[in-house]
Formats: sequence, C-alpha cells, structure tokens
Amino acid sequence: MLNLTAVDWLIMVLYFVFVLGIGFALKRYMKTSKDFFQAGRALPAWICGLAFISANLGAQEVIGMGASGAKYGLETAQFYGIGAIPAMVFVGIFMMPFYYGSKARSVPEFLRMRFDEKTRALNACSFAVMTVFSSGISMYAMARLIQALHVFDGLFHALGWNPDGIFTFSIVLSAIIVLAYIFLGGLTSAIYNEVLQFFLIIAGFLPLVLLGLKNIGGWSGLKASVPAQYMHEWHGVAHASTNPMGIEIIGIGMGLGFVLGSGYWCTDFLVIQTAMASKNMESARRVPLIAAVPKIFFPFLVILPGLLAIGLPTPHTKTVERNVNGMIVRDTTIVPKNVEEGRGLVPAKINPVTGKAMLDTNGNPLLDYDLATPNMLLHFFPTGILGLGLTALLASFMSGMAGNVTAFNTVFTYDLYQSYIHKGGSDRHYMAVGRWATVGGILLSIATAYAAINFNNIMDTLQLVFSFVNAPLFATFLLGMFWKRATGHAAFSGLIAGTSAAVIHHGLTLPLLAHPGIHGGWIAVVHHYHSDMAQNFWTAIWAFGVNAVVTVVVSLLTKPRPESELVGLVHSLTPKPPKAHDVWWKSPEALGAAVLLMAVALNIFFY
Amino acid sequence: MSLDLRVPMGLMFTLVGAILVAFGISTNGSPIYNASLGINANLWWGLVLLVFGLTMLLLGRRSQKRLAALPPEPVDETRSRLGH
Repeated sequence: MLNLTAVDWLIMVLYFVFVLGIGFALKRYMKTSKDFFQAGRALPAWICGLAFISANLGAQEVIGMGASGAKYGLETAQFYGIGAIPAMVFVGIFMMPFYYGSKARSVPEFLRMRFDEKTRALNACSFAVMTVFSSGISMYAMARLIQALHVFDGLFHALGWNPDGIFTFSIVLSAIIVLAYIFLGGLTSAIYNEVLQFFLIIAGFLPLVLLGLKNIGGWSGLKASVPAQYMHEWHGVAHASTNPMGIEIIGIGMGLGFVLGSGYWCTDFLVIQTAMASKNMESARRVPLIAAVPKIFFPFLVILPGLLAIGLPTPHTKTVERNVNGMIVRDTTIVPKNVEEGRGLVPAKINPVTGKAMLDTNGNPLLDYDLATPNMLLHFFPTGILGLGLTALLASFMSGMAGNVTAFNTVFTYDLYQSYIHKGGSDRHYMAVGRWATVGGILLSIATAYAAINFNNIMDTLQLVFSFVNAPLFATFLLGMFWKRATGHAAFSGLIAGTSAAVIHHGLTLPLLAHPGIHGGWIAVVHHYHSDMAQNFWTAIWAFGVNAVVTVVVSLLTKPRPESELVGLVHSLTPKPPKAHDVWWKSPEALGAAVLLMAVALNIFFY
Repeated sequence: MSLDLRVPMGLMFTLVGAILVAFGISTNGSPIYNASLGINANLWWGLVLLVFGLTMLLLGRRSQKRLAALPPEPVDETRSRLGH
C-alpha cells in the first residue's frame, strides 16, 4: 500500500499550480493565430530543443523503455544510438531548411507546397486521427498506472469517495489541466510546460538510478546480477537467435535506423512543430541537435531503472527488530504478493480471477514489465522525494498528451478547417477555432481512453494501424526534398502503396510462438520472425521500399512541376542557408558532427 | 515584455528543493530512510534542486533586467521575444 503524506501532495499540487500559472501568464501574449499555433515563431533554440525531446518523453518512453530495459537489457539502447540520434542530426542539418524556410505552418502544409492538395489531405486526416488516439492511449495508460500504484486511494478513502471513481478522476484531472494550459497559452504554453516536465523528469528519475546503482553495487555489481547478454547493445546482432530482441543487424539498421527512427523524428509534426516555433533558421536547425545531446544520455535515465529492477534481489515481507533506548521496535516491510512472485523488482502478472501469478508454458511467472520503473520508485523513495517521483511520472504522461493536442489543433485548423471547411475567415476566427479544436481533441481522447477499457485489444490495434500509416512516410519526404522530379500523383500513390505493403506484410508473417490474428499471419503465414520487434522492423522496411519504388516509377510517368515552383522546397533548387555565425563551432554542422561523435562513443561504451 | 521561462521554472524548483530540505531535516534519522539505503534522500536531493532552481532564477532575472534596460526598438530577430 502506498503511503503518501502531506509533503508528497504539496509537491504535486505545487507542480500543477505552476503548470496552470504558466498558461495564465502567457494568455496575454496570444494576440494572433501565429502566436497561438506557432508560438509567434519567436522562441529561443534551447527551449524548443528541450521541448523537442520532451514531447516524445511521454508514457511510452518512460514506462516503455524501462519495461524494454528489463525485458531485453541494454540492447534497448539501439532505439537511441541507431533510432533517434542519427535521425535528429539528419532532420536538423538537411530537412529543417525546407520545413522552416518554406514558411509552411505544419508538416501537411509542407506536403501541399511540395506536392499537391490530395497528398496534404491524406496526411492531415491520418495525422489528426492518430494524434487524438495517441493522446487517448496516453490518458488511459496514466489512469491505469494511477490505479495500479494506488496513488489516489488514500485521498479517496479520506474523502469517503467510492474508489471505483479513481479511473475517471485521473482522466478528468489530467484532461482539465492539459486543456487549460493549451487553451490559454497555445503552443508556447505547451512548449514551456514540456521544458518544465523535462527537468522534472530528470529530477525524479536521476536519484532513482543513483540509489538503484548504489544498492546493486555500482556498474560492476549490475554486470554481475543480470545475464551477460543484457549488458551489451551490439553483441550477437549478427544473427536473430543470438540476441535478446531476436533481430539481426540488417533489420535493426534499416528498419529502426533508416525507416522507423527517421520516419518519426523527421516527419512527425508532433516533434517538428517545436522546431518550427523557434525564432530564425539557425535556431530551427539547431533545435533537433540541441535535443540530441540530452537524448544521448537518456538510456541511463529511462532504460537503467528497468535493468536495475530485474537485477536487484526480489524483496520479501520481513520484520526487522531494533533496539531503541532499551525498547524493542519492530519495523515490518510488507511486500505485495505480485512483487514477491516476480523477478527482481518486476512484479508477476496476477490473474484477477484466481489471484495467483500467471505462468508461461515453462512454468515461469509472466512478468509485468510495465511496472518495472514505477516499482523502483515505490521501492527506493521515502515519502517526500516519492511525491517528486510520482509528479515526474504524471508530468511525463501530460507532456506526451500536450504535444499530441497542440499538433492536432494546428493541423485541424490550418489543414482541414481553413482548407476545406471555411476559407477566408478572419485571423481571430481561426484562433477561436484552434481553441475549440483543443477542447474537441481532448474530448475525443477521453472517448478513446474509455473505449480502451471496453475493448481489450484496442490499444494494440491502434498502434498497429499507426505503424502501417507512418512506416512509408519517410520515403515521401526524402524523395520530395532531394529529388526535384518527384510529383504529387507519385507521392499520393506511393503513400497508399506503402501502407498497403505494410498491411500485406503483416498479414503474411508471424512472430514465433504467436497465434495468427492481431500479431500477424491473418492472410496466410509464409514467414516466421524471431520476435514481434523483428516483424515490426521488417514491416517498416517493406512499406518504405514499396513507397520509394512506386513514387519513383509514377514520377517518371507523370508530368514534373516547373522548377521555378520548387525553389525553397527541394535541395538542389534552394540556395544554401546564409551563414549567420562567424564562429565555425556554433554552426549546426559542427554541432551535428559533435553529437554523432558522442553517439558513437556511447555505442562503443555499451558494446 | 517577455516571459523568460527560467523565472517560473527556477521558482518552482527552488520551492520544491526548499520543501524537501526542510522535510529532510525534520525527518533526519527516521526509519523512512530504510527504503533509500539509509541515505536522507530528501535532504540531499532537495539541496541539489535548490541550487538548480536558484541558478535558473538568477539567470532568468538577469536576462530580463538586461532586456528591460535595452531600448525596445528596433526589433532584433536574434533575441528571444514573445508577442510583437
């Protein structure tokens, strides 16, 4: 049972007061729609840079990377070294000049400028739907975690409320807070709060890692406590059966590095919007690079708690007798049953009907990896700093939600409402629409969160659909920005073909040990992968490949746009961005090279 | 005028740090620190946050003062500004 005291609540309430306070303080600066949707394009690079990673630092990152660390070990760091860092450098150096320089207000709008109206409509619709569902999933995950950790149980008990209402209370509370600060201060408010959340997450998780490492006996102690292959990022990647994730090097390099990582960091308006809010081209290009620097160190912050959780000894309920001034004092530490039956600090999954741990086919308990990081918090943090840790956890959920919501209101207002529903309205009108789109987006997210309770598979299904839609995107942007011959018809048919390829590949393949259905193989099983991760990566590679081929072929068959229309949108037709700085080491290129060197050093360290 | 994020952020971390330090001092030696390996996590981490918060606050205040001292025109593209 979680015992929160007044000091924990004080810290949590203080955080909420500041989050809302920032929204109120920014309200008076929101004069035009540009202020509201694009933060006036006036923010300094370091703020946008930290918001750039914080928008992604949602639940999936903090909880998911901890879970993955407990399950696969340091191989999870591939998501950083191969997945994120090179893509962030690429988007900063090569792609940002076109996003920022084109004066597009959103990523779909860039697609309209470069290709045509239908490509924008396709991208805007799918993106708007995905952001709403993602923020709903984030909300649902937060409410379930709050329930599992019994955060509000004491409060509900004290107030005499029915504990069944905790789920609704968590959802409504987070929705109201996120809604309030975005409604008031728009993208600026979201970005400022993301930076606040970034520091809060570090403040909450760094002491956890330090305490965990101290307990296990430092780095060498950790090495001695977990299986050897957990401590390596690259060992055994030559073949799928010799590494924990079950993926071979080509799948990782191409699938994660080239397609999924780049697809996310280089094309997702959720993160790109923060860079597009910065004050000039130099800053916009520096934003992803500044973001990459802390990102390099994030494996220590988010993966290590999971790995430590698996390596630490499993606690058991015990009573310690102490002699205090002649009196015998008994301290009893009660360990919940699911933790005692788990491995390390990762609890076992308990069957809600029988109350016993669920077992796999070999008789080992099934572990609830998602609770690895939260359980570390409960295990190591005394009241006081525990409030800080839980606040950091809540902050991470909210920053993920807020990024989705601001991306939604911008794309809805500019790319759907202004383009297809009501053209030629006043600026004030579009700003009001943006505010109400925020309300609508949050209401739809709440509906998604409730749908997730009733339909067990909805989260897996949604994530699957997202991966089908997202996987081919990067090919379209790459060809659009670096090949002047690519045409609108080609981009549109390429996207459709790429998504179809992803669906068909998923229908024809299956991970080992899985049943045909949601995991794949629902057409016919022609190939087995070693893990679902390998299947994901290869789905992405197929989607990317098919999109690229179809786009090239259709481009060559259709009429190209005149080159004069493509200035500022395609690499070969755009003059080099002017060098604003006389100091060479301040240029984005130098910063990018330094980031890549650091990433290589990290990969060598984790080898 | 502009709102420098470092001011509210610094203020928040200063307050959180101060709360943790005060609570850590008042509970020093308590068995609640069995969880954190006998280390008074509130006191020590509170101090770290306090220093971080005060530094942010100081930097933010200084740059706000500098901005206020500058003539408001012409609008400089390279300076951080909110609104127009």
